[in-house]
Amino acid sequence: MSLRSPLGRVLGLGSAKEGTGHWWSQRVSAVALVPLTLWFMFSLLALPALDYDTVRTWLSFPLSGFLAVLLIAVLTYHAYLGTDVVIEDYVHSAGAKLFSLLLLRFLYVLVGGAGMFATLRVAFGS
Amino acid sequence: MPIRARPMSPHLQIYRWQIGNSLSILHRLTGVALALGLIVLCSWCVALASGERAYAAAMRLYESPLGIAVMIAWTFAFMFHFLNGLRHLFWDVGFGFERLQRHASGWFAVLGAVALTAGAWMFIWASHRP
Repeated sequence: MSLRSPLGRVLGLGSAKEGTGHWWSQRVSAVALVPLTLWFMFSLLALPALDYDTVRTWLSFPLSGFLAVLLIAVLTYHAYLGTDVVIEDYVHSAGAKLFSLLLLRFLYVLVGGAGMFATLRVAFGS
Repeated sequence: MPIRARPMSPHLQIYRWQIGNSLSILHRLTGVALALGLIVLCSWCVALASGERAYAAAMRLYESPLGIAVMIAWTFAFMFHFLNGLRHLFWDVGFGFERLQRHASGWFAVLGAVALTAGAWMFIWASHRP
């Protein structure tokens, strides 16, 4: 006779291994992206031109720089969650799956990190 | 125990195409396209931080005919993923599951994305003409 509870015996045995965590994070980031992407789109459309000085001036406003960094962070996170599922669905061999999941994680940190670092540099005027 | 052919879920080839599965696939496709667009967005920020010449070189690329074509495609991908994403969020809280609502919201997402893409680019061409 096992002393483990029925719940304890099945926890982690589902195909996802982690319950609704991934699903929920995807929805939360999606909700956050609604105002962030709208702000970004309307800001770009409202700029008189997309030349160097105009865009730099725009991003050097504290609110613009802050929201741009947030946008890149949440966008990267949401894209990572989404493309992770695509790979899990379509890449079947264990080796290729591990490789592509790892590669994608590194790429997202690299791309998102570079984007945020660059935006912060512009925001702080260097 | 004899091994019997187990029932399988319908494969793409025998699945009757309809708006539900088409938009589901399009949502994923546009999502992957937008993830690629993230690279371009971030490289734009890096170019902006790297100085005037790097930024001008990046903008020449984006404003080339091919660059503009890709940007228009990305605008549609964004508009559709945005509208269809809202559709998913409404489903998640329990609204819009009726057949008519599903179809109407689906067409709204597609046609709305086309209209918003056209509107955004007409605005850009009218006001940002270099």
